Amino acid sequence: MSTQETEKETETTTATMTTTATMPVQPAGGTLRGVGVSAWFGARRVLEGVNIDMRAGVVTALIGPSGCGKSTFLRILNRMHELVPIASLAGSVLLDGDDIYGTALPITEVRRRIGMVFQKPNPFPAMTIGDNVMAGLKLTGRKAANREQLIEESLRRAGLWNEVRNRLSAPAGGLSGGQQQRLCIARSLAVRPDVLLMDEPCSALDPTSTRRIEETIHELKDQVTIVIVTHNMQQAQRVSQHCAFFLAAEDEPGRVVEQGATEHIFGSPEDPRTADYVNGRFG
Amino acid sequence: MESNDAEGSTGLAALGLGEPPDPPGPSNPSDPPSPPGPPGPPADEGPLADEGPRRIEARLSGSDRFYRALASTGAGITLLIIVLIGVFLLLEALPAFQSAGFGFLTTQPWNPDSVPPEFGVAAMMFGTAITAIVAMLVTVPLALATAVFINEYAPRAIRAALTSLVDLMAAIPSLIFALWGLFFLVPWLQPIEGWLVAQLGGSLPFMRAVATGSSLFNAGLVIALMAIPITTSIIREVLSQAPRHECEGALALGGTRWGMITTVILPFGRTGIIGGSMLGLGRALGETIAATLILNIRFEIKPQIFETGGITVASGIAVEFFDAQELGLSALMAAGLSLFLVTIVINLLAAIVVERAKSVA
Repeated sequence: MSTQETEKETETTTATMTTTATMPVQPAGGTLRGVGVSAWFGARRVLEGVNIDMRAGVVTALIGPSGCGKSTFLRILNRMHELVPIASLAGSVLLDGDDIYGTALPITEVRRRIGMVFQKPNPFPAMTIGDNVMAGLKLTGRKAANREQLIEESLRRAGLWNEVRNRLSAPAGGLSGGQQQRLCIARSLAVRPDVLLMDEPCSALDPTSTRRIEETIHELKDQVTIVIVTHNMQQAQRVSQHCAFFLAAEDEPGRVVEQGATEHIFGSPEDPRTADYVNGRFG
Repeated sequence: MESNDAEGSTGLAALGLGEPPDPPGPSNPSDPPSPPGPPGPPADEGPLADEGPRRIEARLSGSDRFYRALASTGAGITLLIIVLIGVFLLLEALPAFQSAGFGFLTTQPWNPDSVPPEFGVAAMMFGTAITAIVAMLVTVPLALATAVFINEYAPRAIRAALTSLVDLMAAIPSLIFALWGLFFLVPWLQPIEGWLVAQLGGSLPFMRAVATGSSLFNAGLVIALMAIPITTSIIREVLSQAPRHECEGALALGGTRWGMITTVILPFGRTGIIGGSMLGLGRALGETIAATLILNIRFEIKPQIFETGGITVASGIAVEFFDAQELGLSALMAAGLSLFLVTIVINLLAAIVVERAKSVA
């Protein structure tokens, strides 16, 4: 027992030291790879052959007009897609090399490691703010060593701490839309995911809340891999380093037309359709 | 904001448009007399806004008025019927109350037409309470489990079929359940209950019994059969309204399906679960035919719930009705009134609980 513990401790110490030493070079977070991903709703194919690498330390933006399949792709990344009864998919999604649609990882573990922030803020309205932050731990059957500390840390990382520090036991339903969305981010961060997926997280928010969430994304970038779907070109430019442009021609499934460094996609895109879209000529 | 308003109205007044477009439409009818003093109102507008809330009026269209009248009439008739039932029962029950006095609440035997008359609701109320408690202890967990199963676990292909099946069961006449209970369930349960009584009767007084079968416990079980479908149907309907995006939120955090149910669905459906259970309880309290068929009628308080013999208010009225003389009828009305009042009180309590649960949420 005691030898084991000592070993473990040493390990942890070493790990911490290594992380500290290499922090600027190697950001925390997981690597997510979509390989040949296609998707259907019933007989209708909505996505075809999507290959995207989402690397740690990089914010990946998925852009494209409505109905091009980018949200579907995002929901495939943490197995939310299959909650739709008629949905099916092909291809694979690898989290640090493991196929999340295989048996290597339990589905609950997949979703814990790949968190998601939804378009519409969805805190648990009857729960207190503090309980909302802790909800993920409760749901995954784990205990926090220090509840107060984890709540504060998660809320700080989501940029909400200063606004709610004095009312942690108030119901979450009383927060504004922007605060609720940041509470959802805090809730996702509390379970320490490797990847955070964000589905148009600012579409229902005012400009101030939007700016606050974008700042949050900047601050989180080196701690967790972020993938964000956005309709807002400026936002994609501001927050992302990698960008994938989805497009679906009429009666055809969505495909990735072009992807690469964000500055490249917005500055000198190779495909004329990308240029048209990012310059606001359609979509 | 205030200065804006003031500017707007002064502007309009200056243009001479103050009268015809008249933005505050509702005040239209009262306007015609006021034009004599137009210089006054604009100047008063600032202070007027500070005086407090204004009166809000609305002009209803003819069809609005018609349908409002129609709906109010319907609601009024329903309320009136309830009041009339209460008044009727009270008037009819008066002779019995005068004869029995407060003893009505504590007397167990039921001999209203003997001389001297001796009767009371104690035994009937006790039996009603026991059968209702047994019925609810079985109904609520079963109904909740069934509702959750249908909504969250059943394969999608059979979900609709299961839903209609439960709704259909809610529509089956209680006599059918009672017959099934009498000829199948009770005979089947009797040996099990006999064994339980033999094992536990020594240590637990309420488990003692000379004979099992036609007992309050079994009557409660059969009543549960009738309460389960309606309770399930309501709870399932309410739980199916749980917000999907919150469910997805729970799953996206790594929650299991069960975690999602306890975190989102059950808290959301709390008021519906209480409401559905209360409707089931209402059915249990008023259920007549099952108790009449199952119970071996005995007007006494019998805490040994597995022992044959007992009575409930509803079955007591049904059984005693045909032989009742003048005072006997009045006494039955009094028993009916007691059940009526108990039902109303329980429903009021339920409404308060539901209201509390809502305000917490």
